[in-house]
Amino acid sequence: MTLWPILILAAGTYGFRVAGPLLSDRLRLSARVQGLLSLAIIAMLSALVATSTLTSQGGFAGGARPAGVLVGALLAWWRLPFVAVVVAAAATTAGLRLLGFG
Amino acid sequence: MGNVDRALARDVGAVALASAVVGVSFGALAVAAGLSLWLALFMSMVVFAGGAQFMVVGMVAAGGSPVAAVLAGLLLNARHLPFGLAVADLLGTRWPTRLLGAHLMVDESVAFAMAQRDPERRRAAYWLCGGLLFVGWNVGVLVGGLAGRAVSSPEVLGLDAAFPASMLALLLPSLRPAGAGEERAESPREPMKARRVALVGAVLALVATPWLPTGLPVLLAVLAVGVALR
Repeated sequence: MTLWPILILAAGTYGFRVAGPLLSDRLRLSARVQGLLSLAIIAMLSALVATSTLTSQGGFAGGARPAGVLVGALLAWWRLPFVAVVVAAAATTAGLRLLGFG
Repeated sequence: MGNVDRALARDVGAVALASAVVGVSFGALAVAAGLSLWLALFMSMVVFAGGAQFMVVGMVAAGGSPVAAVLAGLLLNARHLPFGLAVADLLGTRWPTRLLGAHLMVDESVAFAMAQRDPERRRAAYWLCGGLLFVGWNVGVLVGGLAGRAVSSPEVLGLDAAFPASMLALLLPSLRPAGAGEERAESPREPMKARRVALVGAVLALVATPWLPTGLPVLLAVLAVGVALR
């Protein structure tokens, strides 16, 4: 791969990143719209959680990854420290794979 | 940054460490796919979006056209536009700071910021997470590129589960019903509404995933806000 695709990807990605801050100068968002925007971010982050838990290249990701995320989710729900959530999720998935599950 | 307490630094550190290890595997994969070490590192510094980087390098290595790969990568990164609208006020008012802050916009820095209630803490979380991730990711890529094929895939360490689990842990406070005796004084958010939106967004994206190109299902989830308007 050459330099050009990388430069175009970088420029486009930065364009997306900087467009929000630039736009927010022009349009003053009302409190209501700000609230809806927060909800939109929650919707997208949830979608990111769901798709990165369950899917891999457009298909099902197998059992080990969702199991790990589930363990992490339970710990988070019981208000265990964030670090414990992340480590437990990874360890569960790694362990299941080691044992030969999905 | 007076607003960074120990707990926040530790939480961000855990995510940055996971991202560094994934960076190691990207570096190794990119070099195996024929990129020079410096090109892989340059890509990681200027694109700074792991998902898109893996996708583009993978598609080109599999014989796909670079044009199609770049278009797919851009589609995957389009979510940064709405992210930017939501976090614009965290980037400050001075132009150098805003331009730098925009580059640090990744899923993790946005999620960490959204999880804080206090505006000052939001700002601190965004910058700390974006900054540490940038350093961790690029150091990881350099190490992976140097080590080459010797480094195993992040799947062995279960790191593909660490990302969704950490994002979910960050989302949970805004979805959780306020418990008894718990003050929610300055938070205007309504957990009931947020839960419905989160659920519908997740389902929309999952249903769309087999049919739409990567990146689009997550953008489509924005439509879930419609359920909050009813």
